[in-house]
Amino acid sequence: MRLTTLTDYPYETKDRRKNFPAPLLYIGWDDHMMFCAPVCLPLPADTPFGALQAEILGGVYGAHPDFAKIDWSGVTWLKSGQPFAPDNALSLADNGLGHKDVIRFKTPGLNGLQGSHG
Amino acid sequence: MSNVFIAFQANEDSRPIVDSIVADNPLAEVVYSPGLVKIDAPNRLVIHRETIEQEVGRDFDLQEIHLNLVTLSGHIDEDDDQLTLSWGH
Amino acid sequence: MDAKVTNKKLGLKPRYQTMTRDLGWTTSYQYMDKVFPYDKYEGIKIHDWDNWEDPFRLTMEAYWKYQGEKEKKLYAVIDAFAQNNGQLGVADARYINALKLFVQGVSPLEYCAHRGFAHVGRHFTGVGARVAAQMQSIDELRHYQTQIHTISNYNKYFDGMHNSNHWFDRVWYLSVPKSFFEDAMSGGPFEFLVAISFSFEYVLTNLLFVPFMSGAAHNGDMSTVTFGFSAQSDESRHMTLGIECIKFLLEQDPANVPIVQRWIDKWFWRGYRLLTLVAMMQDYMLPKRVMSWKEAWEMYAESNGGALFKDLERYGIRPPKGWQDACEGKDHISHQAWNTFYTYNAAAPFHTWTPNPEEMDWLSEKYPDTFAQYYKPRFEYYGKKHQEGERFYNTTLPMLCQVCQIPMVFHEPGDPGSICYRETDHDGDKYHFCSDHCKEIFTNEPEKYVQAWLPVNQIYQGNCFPEGTDPTAPGFDPLAAVLDYYEMEVGRDNFDFADSQDRKNFREWNGGVEEEVSP
Repeated sequence: MRLTTLTDYPYETKDRRKNFPAPLLYIGWDDHMMFCAPVCLPLPADTPFGALQAEILGGVYGAHPDFAKIDWSGVTWLKSGQPFAPDNALSLADNGLGHKDVIRFKTPGLNGLQGSHG
Repeated sequence: MSNVFIAFQANEDSRPIVDSIVADNPLAEVVYSPGLVKIDAPNRLVIHRETIEQEVGRDFDLQEIHLNLVTLSGHIDEDDDQLTLSWGH
Repeated sequence: MDAKVTNKKLGLKPRYQTMTRDLGWTTSYQYMDKVFPYDKYEGIKIHDWDNWEDPFRLTMEAYWKYQGEKEKKLYAVIDAFAQNNGQLGVADARYINALKLFVQGVSPLEYCAHRGFAHVGRHFTGVGARVAAQMQSIDELRHYQTQIHTISNYNKYFDGMHNSNHWFDRVWYLSVPKSFFEDAMSGGPFEFLVAISFSFEYVLTNLLFVPFMSGAAHNGDMSTVTFGFSAQSDESRHMTLGIECIKFLLEQDPANVPIVQRWIDKWFWRGYRLLTLVAMMQDYMLPKRVMSWKEAWEMYAESNGGALFKDLERYGIRPPKGWQDACEGKDHISHQAWNTFYTYNAAAPFHTWTPNPEEMDWLSEKYPDTFAQYYKPRFEYYGKKHQEGERFYNTTLPMLCQVCQIPMVFHEPGDPGSICYRETDHDGDKYHFCSDHCKEIFTNEPEKYVQAWLPVNQIYQGNCFPEGTDPTAPGFDPLAAVLDYYEMEVGRDNFDFADSQDRKNFREWNGGVEEEVSP
């Protein structure tokens, strides 16, 4: 144990996968900090990646005027800060996304309200 | 050289204390803001009980400053007759 | 035979020594290590407790006398305030939301401090330290009580103040102060002193108190000002305990230096993150503004902190690792925080609003490099949407930092247009952080932070619904169930100030007059 304690003691890791109805996925839309932080969503592992742009992200980000203008074919993704090329036809799990993974997408040419990254 | 400071509520009780500090610390500077009086001094500030007693015209227990003290900075040395704030040795 | 005893009064130092240290003893029926089992395990070495110099030598007799006088004065002012309907003297009812934030997020910390100091006040072998901690424990309980009394008058007239104890243990943003203090309370006694007495009550204290108290003064809230000044003299004793404990630890043994340095790094950063709430309050929630957060940071952190760490150099202590990033953050955190609460106001029991044009000008002036470039466009957009009847509320739960538990709203240092993402893998799971410094805090003590009760994650685990809730029932609305669990009065405690009952009431009480409110 790295934690300095009087004695060893059993402790509970609160956010294990088994405690949730579905794996958590963290998603951020770069340059759109009107959404103050990336979001956290429990999404079943067999959710097709394409469902994000088709159904899910609209509910999350639709209020932003840039959202309707997104050209999804030009969107780039990062996973844990590294370039990531998801396959829309495959599930989140088959795209290598597990519990508490973080992905971010950039929408070239769309840089927030008045280009302020917000 | 860094400043030490002491700040009091700005009221009639603290006025003689502030005046005493200014009298005993020629390099001290006093700044007023709403409800607050702050005294800065380079490196060292001393409060003498005797000086305050002369100002208030009665016996004064130095710990009475607790009634109006707001904040301070620096290392403290305290006894019945004086309170000193200072940086370094 | 009567010997004539010279009745010479003891001087302050020997008097204090007699009434405190000399009442301690080395136990003979039990080993000292058994009686004081907590003060060695952190690795701190103390060779001679007699070198502890008592900060502010107040004997119990002097303590009761002066505290009693302060209490009499304070409660007289609180009574007068209530009798004279002082709450009507507040310049603008938006200000009351700063008080809501205070009673929700700061007052409970006073109670935590009371408990924490009571605990460490039992566990140091050194009598001087025990006495100082015990007296601080009483001070902190006093602060908790006086804050509740002061704010109770407002509670009769405004929403968002009636349930703060319940909210502290459950509501998402209040896990930030709660986890801060519980981290300290679950550490050893020496870490607790470095965390609270030194890092919080000495290094950062002015950044908590001065904004709230001068904010109160400028906005006509005289009872809070009075409480503040009454508490501040207690705080100066706390400050002296903080500086004394750091000096003592560093002088006792060079082996203590790296341990203390690590604690300074950790607690400066945790305290700085906690102050995000204060920064936001200062820049956005005071209709009559005092100074900007940036100005307060420059005055109380950069100047004062600079002097302090220069003084500590001789022990081998350097400024905290997060110092530079904290200074860079001064141009941003208040805006980042207000944006967070504005957009998540459906789930927070106080009101928010968009700054009016005059306020935006002040913000642009105080933040010439950042406000107009990054934050103003959002607030203008929010104002426009509100006017169109589509006030923006974010309904998706945010990602939280595992350590500070704040939503991941902070920017990549050096790149204000981009969120800062940091992560690490531990024991088969990923953990995420808002900054290098929260990440380092985690990697130094991972077993502590994997136990964190993160509000968003707990909601998704189904742990934040009222007892007996059936999430599988048709038409189940999880967000509504969470607000139920929070025991928030939806439509009263939350949502925009412009549409609030607080605003309607205040306007009515003031004969239909109010200052200009956006939108």
